[in-house]
Amino acid sequence: MQIEELRLDGNAVGGILREVFTHEMTNVLATCVGCGSKGRIAELLQYAHPMGVVLRCPTCDRAEVRIVRTSTFYCVDIAGVQLLMTPESVSPATGE
Amino acid sequence: MSSVIKAIPDAVAPPRLEWRVASVVDARDETPRAKTLVLDVPQWPGHRAGQHVDVRLVAEDGYQGQRSYSIASPPEDETVTLTVERLADGEVSPYLVELRPGDGLELRGPIGGHFVWNVAVGGPLLLVGGGSGVVPLMAMLRHYARADAAARAAVPVRLLYSARTADDVFYRAELAQLADQPLVDVVFTFTRGAPPAWTGYRRRIDRAMVEAVSWSPAAAPRAYVCGPTSLVESVATLLVDLGHAASLVRTERFGPTG
Repeated sequence: MQIEELRLDGNAVGGILREVFTHEMTNVLATCVGCGSKGRIAELLQYAHPMGVVLRCPTCDRAEVRIVRTSTFYCVDIAGVQLLMTPESVSPATGE
Repeated sequence: MSSVIKAIPDAVAPPRLEWRVASVVDARDETPRAKTLVLDVPQWPGHRAGQHVDVRLVAEDGYQGQRSYSIASPPEDETVTLTVERLADGEVSPYLVELRPGDGLELRGPIGGHFVWNVAVGGPLLLVGGGSGVVPLMAMLRHYARADAAARAAVPVRLLYSARTADDVFYRAELAQLADQPLVDVVFTFTRGAPPAWTGYRRRIDRAMVEAVSWSPAAAPRAYVCGPTSLVESVATLLVDLGHAASLVRTERFGPTG
């Protein structure tokens, strides 16, 4: 198996992000601390790992979000995110 | 207080994401390696085309396996349809493809707010799928097919579907029906063997194919690309290289873990 096939994206971890943040997060805009690029959480790169979730910036590869889940707690590191912005206007009609 | 950052509107706050036990109401072979499961999910809150669910299996010793599966059914359906491809070394999919009507299945969802589309968003709509990546695109197509004639007339749709062989194509009969609609084009490419009389594409998706199937960037199509990581990244890169705005290209990578 090639390493690139282990690379998914933020869509795949929408469920665990909902557990932690209690809101749909995949359409939230994240600004990377490393390079300042802005992208939807869905567009961050996710590397499958049994310990938890690592979401990396597609531009500079900085780890933006790290989540470790145990049976009793979550450990969430978002030091790689400068700013999280919810979609500015979410229309209930279209979700856009 | 800054007025730039707006509160998350209460109107769209999703309900808490809870595991529910769905029951299988129909299970049918989609291809020799894939099964379509129609599920009745109690208190299903409804979904948008393109969203997925998480499915959880718990072994007797407490070991849990969890996977994400895109929803194939349109928001208009009361049931939730998944199509599961059996992966040889998979942990979850070999179990799912053996499910029969009446069996239960733990799932939660719907999940996802980025890789979603509905007719109000508009088009033209360019769908590019590889393998089982066609599943969320099928939800979009089915939703489109349920829209009223005026809404459909405003949105031309093209699906470029890469499959190994014709036998690996999901929803074959339904896609043929959809392709009969005046504004819907369905284009296949077969990467590991085409039927004898096949005159269409028989290679991996490449620049010439994307250019031929897509609209010009001036038409500003909304593109949804789903499939294996290598396909998704190459198609997304091609679309942007051809001049399409990156903001109009949405992607979802499907993994090999099953």
